[in-house]
Amino acid sequence: MSDFAVEAINVARTFNAGNVQALKGVSLRVPRGEVFGLLGPNGSGKTTMVRILSTILSPTSGTATVDGFDVVKQPNEVRRRIGLAGQYATVDENLTGLENLRMIGSLNHLEKSYVIRRARELLEEFGLDEAASRNVKTYSGGMRRRLDLGAALMARPPILFLDEPTTGLDPQSRQDLWSIIEGLVEGGTTVLLTTQYLEEADRLCKQLVVLDKGTIIAEGTSQELKTSLGATVLSLTFHSTQDASRGLEIIHVISAKPANIEGTVVELTVDGGPSSAAEALRRLDAANVALAGLTLREPSLDDVFLNLTGHKTEEESSTAEDASAKRQMRNS
Amino acid sequence: MTNNTETIHAEKSSLRWAISDVLTMARRNLLALVRIPTALVFSFLQPIMFVLLFRYIFGAGAINVPIPGGYVNYLLPGIIVQTTIFGAVGTAIGLAEDLQHGLIERFRALPMSRMAVLAGRTVSDLGRNVVVLVIMTGVGIAVGFRPHGGFVNYILACLITLLFAYCLSWGFAFIGLAAPNSEAAQAMTFPLIFPLTFASGIFVQVSTMPGWLQPFATYQPVSEVAKAVRYLMNGPNAILPHPGNSVWIAILWSVGLVAVLGPLATAKYKKVA
Repeated sequence: MSDFAVEAINVARTFNAGNVQALKGVSLRVPRGEVFGLLGPNGSGKTTMVRILSTILSPTSGTATVDGFDVVKQPNEVRRRIGLAGQYATVDENLTGLENLRMIGSLNHLEKSYVIRRARELLEEFGLDEAASRNVKTYSGGMRRRLDLGAALMARPPILFLDEPTTGLDPQSRQDLWSIIEGLVEGGTTVLLTTQYLEEADRLCKQLVVLDKGTIIAEGTSQELKTSLGATVLSLTFHSTQDASRGLEIIHVISAKPANIEGTVVELTVDGGPSSAAEALRRLDAANVALAGLTLREPSLDDVFLNLTGHKTEEESSTAEDASAKRQMRNS
Repeated sequence: MTNNTETIHAEKSSLRWAISDVLTMARRNLLALVRIPTALVFSFLQPIMFVLLFRYIFGAGAINVPIPGGYVNYLLPGIIVQTTIFGAVGTAIGLAEDLQHGLIERFRALPMSRMAVLAGRTVSDLGRNVVVLVIMTGVGIAVGFRPHGGFVNYILACLITLLFAYCLSWGFAFIGLAAPNSEAAQAMTFPLIFPLTFASGIFVQVSTMPGWLQPFATYQPVSEVAKAVRYLMNGPNAILPHPGNSVWIAILWSVGLVAVLGPLATAKYKKVA
């Protein structure tokens, strides 16, 4: 049996007769018992990867195993060992919470008495026991997401795939879900999580892979990714956008890393925080450019992403690409 | 905690699991039907309206069919067939909805029978049609329908109706899987069921239609099924025109349709998700 909970070797997937390359040869090794993050913007191939690993979609080339079983050759073995929950909260709106869990339990081919016990247990654990016999239609977004996760956990799968589990949730619901995920990992579950929230990857994932346009552009622990970037982010706010672009010209020489300008704010990744800040102030003062504010902060994974790809995590063009890929999937 | 999969998984043969999965899916669809008032109206109220419309408005004098017991005895068997065909449209709408909401994705990641999503859907529509038949029989008798074909023949007529609607629902399953959403699925079935049910012998005799339409209206499957059902329900003396082998033709149509539409829908299902 494989040492890894999930192993993917050169997985590629094209849609629309090869015109859309969703994944261009991605290899992953997910160790057992931890949260592994797949980080990337919309259209980067995260969801396609999860769909392949959960046997919904077959890869165009490459191989993948889950718990040692090949996703193409032994899909049923894989299905018995995984749970899948996603951003679209795929629960049946016309059934109650309890009915949803019982349906999924029965389709997982579990013992009838176990299904009832487990459904009750999960509803209580996720704070849904009072809503158990209410139609899911009346549930809030956070409740649906918890029920969806509950459905994925009915068979106590050793491996859990979570596709953007907190996308669109309010901060409290997101915190709740994070605690649940942390609890599962403590209990020994392996979690493969996709997210476009860098904060989420930072908090939950031990190791992560950054995907962009179907390829891995970085991997490591979130700490490693941040260190590779530089120690500190120097953020300068100017009084006007003209001042900001002048300021950028003056101070970009302080760091070899690319600088970022957005409105009146210029951000620069630097190695020596305070000394770089002093240097920036001296140069701006000499050029007679006034500052409205200055902060030094730890780099976020957002900065990592910008540094790696040259674009921010959210881009309109990639969203459109993702949507068209989805449509093509349905029409193919 | 991760190694107790053996104790919680129940052991059954794969055939028994397949049956269990189909029933689970069918149960879920029927529960949804009860919970959506518009679906209930579509399934049960609309056919009753059709009976009243044709019995008391068009059938009060505008439509004249020389049959013992009057037009109501001609109308009811046909309208029962029409209602079950309309009911099978639910297969298209339901599947399109499941696809739209991502439920099919979830089902595909479960160790359940691959066939259960489609079979569960068609079986639940079959179940609904059984209820529809009972209601329509009651409504029919209330508006003066007097079937003289005998109890056994009446049941046989119902079975043929159910068989045909079930077989046709595999075609609607294909439409549901091909449609971008449930509204489109419903719209896409319309150009199919409209000519099948109205350019048929369900409401009027085919001989009263224009000459160019008569060949289609005579030989298309819904006319054949309606003819067989009318013959069985009313008895051999009350039938116009003579039923011939319509019972066998209806069964052949059903089997033929499912033999083509079943594999088509299954192939589409494998492709879409």
